Amino acid sequence: MEIGLNTKGGGGDHVGGCEEEKMGFEETELRLGLPGGGGDGGEVQDTSGIDPDEGKLTGLAATDPAKPPAKAQVVGWPPVRSFRKNMLAITATQKSSSDESGGEKAAFVKVSMDGAPYLRKVDLRMYTSYQQLCVALAKMFSSFTIGSCGSQGMMDFMNESKLMDLLNGSDYVPTYEDKDGDWMLVGDVPWEVFVESCKRLGIMKGTEAIGLAPKVVEKCKKRS
Amino acid sequence: MFWGSRKTINMNYFPDEVLEHVFDFITSHKDRNSVSLVCKSWYKIEKYSRQRVFLGNCYSISPERLIARFPGLKSLTLKGKPHFADFNLVPDDWGGFLYPWIKAMGKSRIGLEELKLKRMVVSDESLELLSKSFPNFKSLVLVSCEGFTTDGLAAIAANCRFLRELDLQENEVEDHRGHWLSCFPESCTSLVSLNFACLKGEINLASLERLVTRSPNLKSLRLNRAVPFDTLQRLLIRAPQLVDLGTGSYVNDPSSEAYKKFKAAIQSCNSIRSLSGFLEVAPRCMSAIYPICENLTFLNLSYAAGLQSNELTKLIQHCRKLQRLWILDCIGDKGLGVVASACKELQELRVFPSDPFDAGNAAVTEEGLVLVSAGCPKLNSLLYFCQRMTNAALITVAKNCTNFIRFRLCILDPIKPDPVTNQPLDEGFGAIVRSCKGLKRLSLSGLLTDQVFYYIGMYAKKLEMLSIAFAGDSDKGMLYVLNGCKKLRKLEIRDCPFGDAALLEDMGKYETMRSLWMSTCEVTLGACKMLAKKMPNLNIEIINENEQTESNLDDNQKVDKMYLYRTLVGHREDAPEFVWLL
Repeated sequence: MEIGLNTKGGGGDHVGGCEEEKMGFEETELRLGLPGGGGDGGEVQDTSGIDPDEGKLTGLAATDPAKPPAKAQVVGWPPVRSFRKNMLAITATQKSSSDESGGEKAAFVKVSMDGAPYLRKVDLRMYTSYQQLCVALAKMFSSFTIGSCGSQGMMDFMNESKLMDLLNGSDYVPTYEDKDGDWMLVGDVPWEVFVESCKRLGIMKGTEAIGLAPKVVEKCKKRS
Repeated sequence: MFWGSRKTINMNYFPDEVLEHVFDFITSHKDRNSVSLVCKSWYKIEKYSRQRVFLGNCYSISPERLIARFPGLKSLTLKGKPHFADFNLVPDDWGGFLYPWIKAMGKSRIGLEELKLKRMVVSDESLELLSKSFPNFKSLVLVSCEGFTTDGLAAIAANCRFLRELDLQENEVEDHRGHWLSCFPESCTSLVSLNFACLKGEINLASLERLVTRSPNLKSLRLNRAVPFDTLQRLLIRAPQLVDLGTGSYVNDPSSEAYKKFKAAIQSCNSIRSLSGFLEVAPRCMSAIYPICENLTFLNLSYAAGLQSNELTKLIQHCRKLQRLWILDCIGDKGLGVVASACKELQELRVFPSDPFDAGNAAVTEEGLVLVSAGCPKLNSLLYFCQRMTNAALITVAKNCTNFIRFRLCILDPIKPDPVTNQPLDEGFGAIVRSCKGLKRLSLSGLLTDQVFYYIGMYAKKLEMLSIAFAGDSDKGMLYVLNGCKKLRKLEIRDCPFGDAALLEDMGKYETMRSLWMSTCEVTLGACKMLAKKMPNLNIEIINENEQTESNLDDNQKVDKMYLYRTLVGHREDAPEFVWLL
């Protein structure tokens, strides 16, 4: 069973490390539409004007000071301390990912694979990187694909280095459904952000992933 | 005994030690300042016996002069950046550095024991120097400061042998994930207060437990997010004498062993009067707190974004003795109604926005405030972020609560009129200042004309601090305030049409105030220069973040940000390039 990862960086000549270091809260802050002000650690100056998620103008200093645009966000307004804004932003991301069963740390998500007769569940918090997750998924779904591996047989799956090779250049594309209901390619965002926003996983056959994002399959092919 | 005599009464008959003893009873800074002005000998005695000094603006005097003036200094409070720095209106490197103060005091014979800082830039270097310069150092309180890392904290922990208090409130601390907590030596058993709730990183839990175990005097403990539930439970067993508790992460499974143990542990903590934290919270675990609620006087749930209104109200219903409540606006108007009926002793209420940028989420309105004002007659301090406000509501609040000392209203849309009448909120705020004769601090918002300032100048005779944004029509507005508010100390204005005429009308006024901030108003560079020329005891600072240099800017051009303050020591030497000292 092979899963192609669209991840960046890492050692070796194929997908190795992932961007797990970056906390990615900067990106979360953008989504909340925090204004870019002077010198607030971690904020990204969004000068493009519109934050697509929020539909609001961000980071504007009011050009006509006496009359700020109604829905625009003015620097320093509302007068909430940056510290408080940042704390609430962190809490907000954690809150949105917590289980219905009330805030435990586990993050179980359903995993479906094209062609598999039933779904599985994984706890995303058991892993700290995309690499680990993909290995786990590969092992989980290996029973469905032994046939397609032909003569290689079971022993190869016990051999981890062979497994790593198989993870490369595969027909299968890992995707996930995020908080907004969109299907995204696994591996684009930092690991922490992924865990917070992932609602379910889907392992799609490459050919079907074309409908998802035409470039996706190209990217996977390029990496192998 | 002496009143019958015709001789001049001479208090100098009393030896110095007696006067000193008398002065010991005079603790307020204002009173001590007055005492020192009576005569030369009183000045001298007061000078040498003065131990506590408060500097509301660290640039009003230099470290050297402070040391010379009060050689017996033991406890110092310093404030650095102007208040609007909290909202990103002041660039990072503006100033407010601690280091020169520590260096100067360290070189002198000052036996510093307590240091409290607000909005200062505190480097690790200064913390380390502090920890090594004052052998009797006991208390460090940092509020809204920045510039240090956990390495600086490690130095404090390691070197301050008699440390009683380390209180970090809402600071931006770079976490080096070192083991600063482990740097407290085994011999350190003197801790009374430890607050590290603002730290973002991991904590050595075993060190924390050992530290708490060997601190029998520990009264106040506020943990950060990284301290899990089961550690919290173990800490409570070790410190049942706690008066003030800030939980770290408050997430657990109610059916677990840890939760049962926690419930048992908290039952014996019957001294807890103040509760905060809940940075991560599992709503189903809140009922464990109920047993201690009836004795709480301060409850801070303003970071507990995981709690919904019904959970909040269930908790608050148990808090019959509450005096101060800090909460998020998701409590809703109905929830505030519960507060009004349950918390009859309430004096201070702060309602923060849970999502400052989503104005569509109407969480609290004028109704909630009216309910609280009706139910809590002792209310004297308010910070209220709301979706909307009406004149009628403010007038009702003014009738219900005449004791306001602090009244800060923030309507999320800064120029929103009364939604019912479409009128400005002049009458509403006018009612507040008319009714609350003891009002010291006021923050305005909503649609406001010059009329509100007329009322403020007329009625707010005790007002000391005023914050204005997007308000007024003309210079008259600002003039009403400057002329009428005799006790005004701090005035901060942003995005108002006040200009040169208002600024220059009464230049002497600014020497009676601590500071004036004006940004995005109509004040020109020329007017600022004139003010600087005429008033040598004021520092006028122009903060200009554009690329222009001073010479490029025409006198007729408006300044973006102006900050002026009275000072005894002239221009400061640590101003960055973008700050022009006129």
